[in-house]
Amino acid sequence: MQYEKSSRFDPALASPLKSRRRFVQGLIGGGVVGAGFASSGWAQDEQLPFGAGRAQVLSGKTFNLVIEEQPANFTGSPRIATMINGSIPAPTLRWKEGDTVTINVTNRLSQPTSIHWHGIILPFEMDGVPGISFPGIAPGQTFQYRFKLQQSGTYWYHSHSAFQEMTGMYGAIVIEPAEGERIQADREHLIMLSEWTDEDPMYVFQKLKTMGHLYNFNQPTLPALLEDISENGLDAAVTRRDMFNVMRMKPTDLADLSADTLTYLINGVTPAGNNTSLFEKGQRVRLRIVNAAGNTFFDLRIPDLPMTVVQVDGMDVEPVTVDEIRMGAGETYDVLVTPDQDAHTIFAETMDRTGYARGTLATQQGLSAPIPPRRQAQWLSMEDMMGTMSHADAPMGSMDHGGDHAEMSMSNSMQVQARHATTEFGPSTDMRVDFPRTNLDDPGVGLRETDRRVLTLSDLRTLGGAIDQREPEREIELHLTGNMERYSWSIDGLEYGKSTPIHFRYGERLRVHLHNDTMMTHPMHLHGMWSDLEDADGNFLARRHTLPVQPAQRVSFSVTADALGRWAWHCHLLLHMDAGMFREVVVV
Amino acid sequence: MKRTLLRRFFVFLFFIESSFALAQVDGAQLHPEHEEHNHTDTAIEHDAETTHSDEVVDHSQHGSDEPGAAISTNHEQHGSQPDTGEAEHQHMPEAMDHEAMSGSMMQSEGVGSLRDPHAYSNGFELTSGPYLLESERKISLADAKNFVGLWVDRFEYVESHDFDATEFEGHVWMGDSYNRFLLRGEVEVVNDSVETAEIDLLHTRAISPFWNVQYGLRREFGEKDERNWASIGLSGLAPYWFEVDASLFLGENGNSLFDIEAEYDLLLTQRLVMQPRIDIHSYGKTDKEMGRGSGLSTLKTGFRLRYEFDRQLAPYIGYERVIKYGETADLLPVGEDRTDNHWILGFKFWF
Repeated sequence: MQYEKSSRFDPALASPLKSRRRFVQGLIGGGVVGAGFASSGWAQDEQLPFGAGRAQVLSGKTFNLVIEEQPANFTGSPRIATMINGSIPAPTLRWKEGDTVTINVTNRLSQPTSIHWHGIILPFEMDGVPGISFPGIAPGQTFQYRFKLQQSGTYWYHSHSAFQEMTGMYGAIVIEPAEGERIQADREHLIMLSEWTDEDPMYVFQKLKTMGHLYNFNQPTLPALLEDISENGLDAAVTRRDMFNVMRMKPTDLADLSADTLTYLINGVTPAGNNTSLFEKGQRVRLRIVNAAGNTFFDLRIPDLPMTVVQVDGMDVEPVTVDEIRMGAGETYDVLVTPDQDAHTIFAETMDRTGYARGTLATQQGLSAPIPPRRQAQWLSMEDMMGTMSHADAPMGSMDHGGDHAEMSMSNSMQVQARHATTEFGPSTDMRVDFPRTNLDDPGVGLRETDRRVLTLSDLRTLGGAIDQREPEREIELHLTGNMERYSWSIDGLEYGKSTPIHFRYGERLRVHLHNDTMMTHPMHLHGMWSDLEDADGNFLARRHTLPVQPAQRVSFSVTADALGRWAWHCHLLLHMDAGMFREVVVV
Repeated sequence: MKRTLLRRFFVFLFFIESSFALAQVDGAQLHPEHEEHNHTDTAIEHDAETTHSDEVVDHSQHGSDEPGAAISTNHEQHGSQPDTGEAEHQHMPEAMDHEAMSGSMMQSEGVGSLRDPHAYSNGFELTSGPYLLESERKISLADAKNFVGLWVDRFEYVESHDFDATEFEGHVWMGDSYNRFLLRGEVEVVNDSVETAEIDLLHTRAISPFWNVQYGLRREFGEKDERNWASIGLSGLAPYWFEVDASLFLGENGNSLFDIEAEYDLLLTQRLVMQPRIDIHSYGKTDKEMGRGSGLSTLKTGFRLRYEFDRQLAPYIGYERVIKYGETADLLPVGEDRTDNHWILGFKFWF
């Protein structure tokens, strides 16, 4: 574990007029400050397969985790973070499939806390959602989690209380398969993506309630309009904007929080700090990538180094080689790479293109490779706003689908029609998509026009297929809804507080259609049970715990309701979750 | 006389309020006894009515019947859709045609039949049913939280050739996404004394994604005299991003005021924003003590050019022209011009 031995506090950095560059890049030595646990520094990388960052690696069957406030400094402004065992990320927990693990979590904060084991199949009382699965851990209290591990792969854990995850409470879980590791690699590294804000997350939330586009500094401007007119003509420029202006939507509404308030981290290290993961030439390296960010989608790539995806959300998949992966908050991806240079940049640009997390794969400490040029934020497209209506009607002139009439009429006749909830017609819902798209091969806004191979949902094939081969007995449809102006997020137009639980009959197999009536992508996380992703025809693709649903898209999956109890189901963008894009599931 | 007027006004407010409450298409409220009152609003209501309690029961089967339930060939063929409740289709909203869709796109009144959002609950609630935690309060998210904020739209120094003034317009708010209480003030200070001041206590309530109805009481005081008003109005964001605030005030002396304000943010850069603004006052009666004539009284037009150092703090310079009309112009003191142009220097901030 790496700590700053001295706080290295530079008064110049504390100035409110700190340079913008420093803010985006973060402090070189930024991170966790203070005394703590045994630290072996970077050299740990040589001793253990893990530990590229600052997190301790703990293994065994019994674990003691202590949650405490600790000072941290990522931007030059000292802040108080909530940490597990004094580090960000929290210690990496190495478990073994089949073991029963015991974790004693002690709360030394002044507020209640909790830990949720993201993606782990366990009894609901151990799931760690305060108010649903257990009462939470009161200040001074120790809660004992105990459950048997029935799976293997890369997962993570985090606080499920208030915004504690955003202030540092997240760590990785690695579960070794009972029969030994199937994926052969010479070395492995954890790449934990996250973010940090110097602001109080609840105040951030309140500010968004006042002004939904507060952090968007990528809005359409008059000069951009004039430039567009001179390049493409008045008609085209006006048409392009008309729909957004009528609907009162920002075409660059890609993230609620941007680099204006966030500093993006790999293993708790700022871009300037350059978290470095070592390898020896010729080695095959497994990267266990976790997106532990509270509110950010990352587009991760390693320039000039193809990544072979071998595991997604802890489940082995048919290997697929890609150049770039978009990762929603809560998702995990394991990739194999064989680096051939002394240094490769791990570059995780945010979906809104305002910032990036960066680290390096290198043969020794201190090496670095160029940081790729930043991309421009793309505008949301007609498809993102209208689903398949953009094909059928193309009132604004079909852009990329023009000319292909055969295909158009085909897709037209197969159009999926939304069934909105009665509660989607009030103030909570600022748009509704009537004909969603079901194209799982869409990499999403900002990744469409590229020569790179970008992983999409349709590329995923979990090895072994679905565990439960039954046809779903019934189908339910849920709509992801919101209102950016009011900054309200909900499901079927109802925030959690106004909702009723969703009942899964114990033992049934049912199909869920998640239909996105908003302009943002939502990583939807169902606790306690797997979400078996399916294509539009109902064919099994992949077993997931967190599924991103793009704007105007419908994503379908089947669930086997084999876990009795009450469970949480929510968008894993924490601000959306807390705003009410959250449901309780009762399995009985 | 005054009292009767005020009482009537509040009866009116109560009526408006209750209609909006019913107009909210909320499945939870769709109990049979409410049905009769549900006709207040549009086609949506009709659909909602068809989805009350007894449908809740069928719903679990609905979902399961066939994927076709959610799939139709084309929404022009609704009438023949082989699915579910007949009533729902009879009540298909009218604004369903393609033209309307291309115009207002996502604001369509829905295709296919509507769902009851509580249909999947099978009667379970967040606070009742199996596996509920004993004696522990339920998880409470920020949707159930009330926030408090301060918003100062204008805090400015006004320089004209007749006078120099300091003006303030802002409010403190408390509430959630849909319901807020506002304590609003607009004050003009000339030569260290309050020339005019308005204090409003308002309740705003969301009635649609972008619009709020607001009503409340206003006390007006200053150099001239005091006036009390009750108000009802609409505020919100019109298509093309026009911020609009229109209110009708009824005064205790039988006077009325219609006040409409609109502004627009034109982004010159991500931080440099030009804001044209217009404000029109029109009175029902002449009120000589306050220097107001009936009919169109005052038109303010101007712009403010602000720089957002931060979205929360933006200094600006502006220029404004105030024109008095009709009797209001006639009531001006001798020598005072009916048109006044002035420069403004100020800042906008909020927490």
